[in-house]
Amino acid sequence: MSKQIGDVILDVNNISLRFGGVKALTDISFNVKEHEIRAIIGPNGAGKSSMLNCINGVYTPQDGNITFRGKTFSHMNPREVAEMGVARTFQNLALFKGMSVIDNIMTGRNLRIKSNLFIQALRVGPAAREEAQHREFVEHIIDFLEIQAHRKTPVGQLPYGLQKRVDLGRALAMEPQVLLLDEPMAGMNVEEKQDMCRFVLDINDEFGTTVVLIEHDMGVVMDISDRVVVLDYGKKIGDGTPEEVRNNEDVISAYLGTSH
Amino acid sequence: MAFFLETLLGGLMAGMLYSLVALGFVLIFKASGVFNFAQGAMVLFAALAMARFAEWIPKWTGIESPVVATIGAFVIAAAVMFVVAWLIEYLVLRHLVNQEGTTLLMATLGITYFMEGLGQTVFGSDIYKIDIGMPKEPVFLLESVFEGGVLINKEDLIAAVIAAVLVALLSLFFQKTSTGRALRAVADDHQAAQSIGIPLNRIWVIVWCVAGIVALVAGMIWGSKLGVQFSLTTVALRALPVVILGGLTSVPGAIIGGLIIGVGEKLSEVFLGPYVGGGIEIWFAYVLALAFLLVRPQGLFGEKIIDRV
Repeated sequence: MSKQIGDVILDVNNISLRFGGVKALTDISFNVKEHEIRAIIGPNGAGKSSMLNCINGVYTPQDGNITFRGKTFSHMNPREVAEMGVARTFQNLALFKGMSVIDNIMTGRNLRIKSNLFIQALRVGPAAREEAQHREFVEHIIDFLEIQAHRKTPVGQLPYGLQKRVDLGRALAMEPQVLLLDEPMAGMNVEEKQDMCRFVLDINDEFGTTVVLIEHDMGVVMDISDRVVVLDYGKKIGDGTPEEVRNNEDVISAYLGTSH
Repeated sequence: MAFFLETLLGGLMAGMLYSLVALGFVLIFKASGVFNFAQGAMVLFAALAMARFAEWIPKWTGIESPVVATIGAFVIAAAVMFVVAWLIEYLVLRHLVNQEGTTLLMATLGITYFMEGLGQTVFGSDIYKIDIGMPKEPVFLLESVFEGGVLINKEDLIAAVIAAVLVALLSLFFQKTSTGRALRAVADDHQAAQSIGIPLNRIWVIVWCVAGIVALVAGMIWGSKLGVQFSLTTVALRALPVVILGGLTSVPGAIIGGLIIGVGEKLSEVFLGPYVGGGIEIWFAYVLALAFLLVRPQGLFGEKIIDRV
């Protein structure tokens, strides 16, 4: 049972990003195909998060451009990216701490709520129906991520692993076409990692969402991804299936060091 | 008994006015995580605009009707506050996305001095009066129950009603609309809010506009009681303990905090004052706020400060 991998949906072309004299990314190109799980790996400081932040519009690269569904952009802002259907999660949790789990995930529906502010405030007619629909969608996500018991809890009080799920839930609420995950399994124990892997695979499988994933845990990456990009010191040193990457000389030396 | 009631009601109504100013603080804090030092300056600025336009409109247009002048001045002052909100976002906040709360606080301190100076340069620095035609004469209530009845200032009563309506509207806005939810989201985390497509810049303009309107209403009511002058900015200082008491993140907290302080001030002055030689009214609020900081730093209704270690 091989899943249907489609055409290129996201194409990163010759991206270079500098912070003053520090070259965070140098001439990076790779593509992401529809429905695939694409991993970006690399040692600490390799520029993985910078890469994700470029795709997400947080950073504007000095050179290069990104093509998303046939349109090419040299700079974007995060809101535009969100409107185009790209959602993300964060390496260091960036949840709305004071708000409940439901409200956090509901914020992900924000772009899709259409009714006028004043009708919303009064909760009448179409606005009430719309709110109910969004709420139902959010309940599905909550069921899917198995956090039913924590619906009303302020997220700040949840344990770390569950906060990670809420972060994922908020991104899912946007019904994204591409989901960017920044180290979704960092700091988790084995069991939590297994749960998270299952969620990522299910999202990919059931909703057909394309996933771009940064991860440190090699076992996880090799298990779930279709193709892998390897970065080291801001340069691309490998790109291919997990099998290809595992046997790539440059990758091995970047991870294990070389003998001279 | 009648005297006690009179003091109590007087306190409640004074408290409502404190609440109105406190509300400005709470709104901006809730929606951007910034403690807005400039709230007092905004009250002064709005009140100055209102007072002066009410004076200028009859002069420019030749229409003598005070109703036209008042409504016209209110609309123009509201428009001025919109422009101010937009400028603050465009010139200051836009450049401070993702910065520490302290940086933003310092920025609002800068805005305070700028607005105080600009307001007095543009609108003049004399004492002006706002006359929105509120009845000044007191009324007597419950005359059948108590001898002589309970004396209430009609002006205060109207002010309290205006404040109550404003608060009800704001609560609805924050709790029931997706924009309200977006506002709370922005307050918690700029980056995450952007990533789900919340337009940070527009949200900031909205919230500063709302705070500007609240400042205008507060400035109008205070101004019509005390006259519009520089000392109006100190009204904001009086609202500070209210915010600490009610909690920085709670709209109802600002109201109840205001009422408690209003009532507390008046009652303690009248009933405890004679024993300590009076003057309690001036420091009562601050002492109460200090006590709260020690016992319950998030205030009565504020969000509990959660810090995982």
